[in-house]
Amino acid sequence: MSILVVAEHDNHELRPATLNAVSCAREIASHLENSAIHLLVTGHDCATVADAGAAIAGIGKVIQADAAFLGRQLPEDMAPLLRELAGNYSHVLAPASTTGKNFMPRLAALLDVTQISDISAVESADTFVRPIYAGNALATVQSSDPVKVITVRATAFDAGETGSDRAPITSFEFSIEQDLSRFVSENLSVSERPELTSASVVISGGRGMQNGENFVLLEKIADKLNAAVGASRAAVDAGFAPNDMQVGQTGKIVAPDLYIAVGISGAIQHLAGMKDSKVIVAINKDAEAPIFQVADFGLVADLFKALPELEQAL
Amino acid sequence: MSVCVDPPWQKRHHCRPFSQGRVWVFMKILVAVKRVLDANVKVRVKADGSGMELANAKMAMNPFCEIAVEQAVRMKEAGQAGEIIAVSIGPQACQEQLRTALALGCDRGILVTAEGEIAPLQVAKMLRELVEREDAGLVILGKQSIDSDNNQVGQMLAALAGMGQGTFACKAELADGRILVTREIDGGEQTVSLKLPAVITTDLRLNEPRYASLPNIMKAKRKPIEQLTPADLNVDTDSNLKTLRVSPPAERAAGVVVESVEDLVGKLRNEARVI
Ligand SMILES: Cc1cc2nc3c(=O)[nH]c(=O)nc-3n(C[C@H](O)[C@H](O)[C@H](O)COP(=O)(O)OP(=O)(O)OC[C@H]3O[C@@H](n4cnc5c(N)ncnc54)[C@H](O)[C@@H]3O)c2cc1C
Ligand SMILES: Nc1ncnc2c1ncn2[C@@H]1O[C@H](COP(=O)(O)O)[C@@H](O)[C@H]1O
Repeated sequence: MSILVVAEHDNHELRPATLNAVSCAREIASHLENSAIHLLVTGHDCATVADAGAAIAGIGKVIQADAAFLGRQLPEDMAPLLRELAGNYSHVLAPASTTGKNFMPRLAALLDVTQISDISAVESADTFVRPIYAGNALATVQSSDPVKVITVRATAFDAGETGSDRAPITSFEFSIEQDLSRFVSENLSVSERPELTSASVVISGGRGMQNGENFVLLEKIADKLNAAVGASRAAVDAGFAPNDMQVGQTGKIVAPDLYIAVGISGAIQHLAGMKDSKVIVAINKDAEAPIFQVADFGLVADLFKALPELEQAL
Repeated sequence: MSVCVDPPWQKRHHCRPFSQGRVWVFMKILVAVKRVLDANVKVRVKADGSGMELANAKMAMNPFCEIAVEQAVRMKEAGQAGEIIAVSIGPQACQEQLRTALALGCDRGILVTAEGEIAPLQVAKMLRELVEREDAGLVILGKQSIDSDNNQVGQMLAALAGMGQGTFACKAELADGRILVTREIDGGEQTVSLKLPAVITTDLRLNEPRYASLPNIMKAKRKPIEQLTPADLNVDTDSNLKTLRVSPPAERAAGVVVESVEDLVGKLRNEARVI
């Protein structure tokens, strides 16, 4: 049986997390015999995404479901669509993004199977590892369901490569009339910076930043390092930064090459979102702050003095 | 939704039911509250890898469920709901979290007693049965349990009950017989309009939960909690997902304290080679 990966995209571009999910699928496939990997692209006018998906190494076929009503990937449409396809697959995977987390449990319930959230490692075709308790523990779980419905922690798997081979693209017709949910509007943050979850450098600010204007100090450094800017929950709650910048157990999971935490104490819920970064730097005026326990390099200093110096030194 | 010909609850519930001709309608809200380890407590994995060291640990209502209760209570205070029913599934000790929910303004509780970890699909099946029995017009859950970090039950319940889902909600408003839910998504926010009855799961910024007052804690002691078993709800609690073992995450090697920004930049360039 084959593996189906659901692509993450905005109808124009394939999101990087898709490549990580494909790597996870390849690991699962290595435990199976003759298992192909198919990529599902559902959306509206999403041919460029299907094309990009066809170039990912290891993809045997792209299935494109293209229709106006699929443009927003509402779970009330996505779950029944996926149910139609799921019978042909041993595994259905999607990145553990807010989109995947929205429709995958709905799909699992329609199939009367469990869902396995946010896996960070593959032990065999039916056994997976996932963080629990804000990353304070790793659970190894085994599923006996006929179809394994899984969301993938993107930062735990390498990004799959794209090559010059092209997988064939087939189209899948699906229609449904539902009035349970209607899309009304969207308010998306626009940023010139790299995306938080895939940037190789992230600099985040916490309550210690004191206000939103002071985030400029972080942005100046981000400009020099081509970094994304993140925030702690306390900073988001205080209105210093928008919600989509929150890093942590209940925000975004990041694992860049370099993570710089500024004015962040290091609560377990924040650590859950960044402690798999390769190198962690903490700047905090309190030498006892727990963030120093996970930092490779700690600087005990007032951030208002240290940040301008850092900008200068780069 | 419950439909009655005259409104005998009006005085009792201090709510403003909306009328459709001679028929009065008032919405019941079902809120799911889970008992979890307190968010401020750090736990260890048991030496034998069978689970977490939870004996004598401080337990609490899952923080996202507190937000769910607050949302329901505010809707009732605004005259948009008649009765709020809090449901918890787990050991007898979940009574504590149900009492908290009652002290915060829920009208009655339902405890489905079950030992051990109950998987999201099974929780969703029990809740579906209760939604049907109670004829709930709205179900509010947390987006995620902070222990199992699953983020599944609301979505599964919506599928099983054939309802729309407004997950990760930071705003929810009734409008023209539907509910408008603004959701926190990776790129920003999205608003959807759901047909009622519907399922909502709460994100952190939906509201700031109140504290229970002492008089309300006293009053809550007299509010009813009904006890049921999974069998009463025709649900088998066995799951097809087994936890084989639980292990501690890899420790990070101890880091160094640098003396100055210059020192830091030197180390990042020459030792770590990340800039
Ligand atoms: C259910 C739940 C989910 C949560 N999810 C998340 C999550 O996803 N992400 C998250 O981040 N949090 C989350 N939290 C919140 C978390 O518990 C902490 O409250 C939060 O991370 C604290 O943010 P902070 O470190 O910015 O603030 P604080 O803990 O207040 O720390 C501020 C730090 O700034 C330092 N500081 C102050 N002034 C200066 C200065 N001038 N120079 C240098 N340093 C200075 C202080 O020494 C202090 O260490 C969650 C909590 C709960 C209950
Ligand atoms: N045992 C339970 N009892 C009551 N509600 C639960 C239970 N488990 C999960 N829930 C509800 O489902 C939400 C999401 O949980 P989960 O899908 O486990 O992350 C929680 O915030 C609760 O509202």
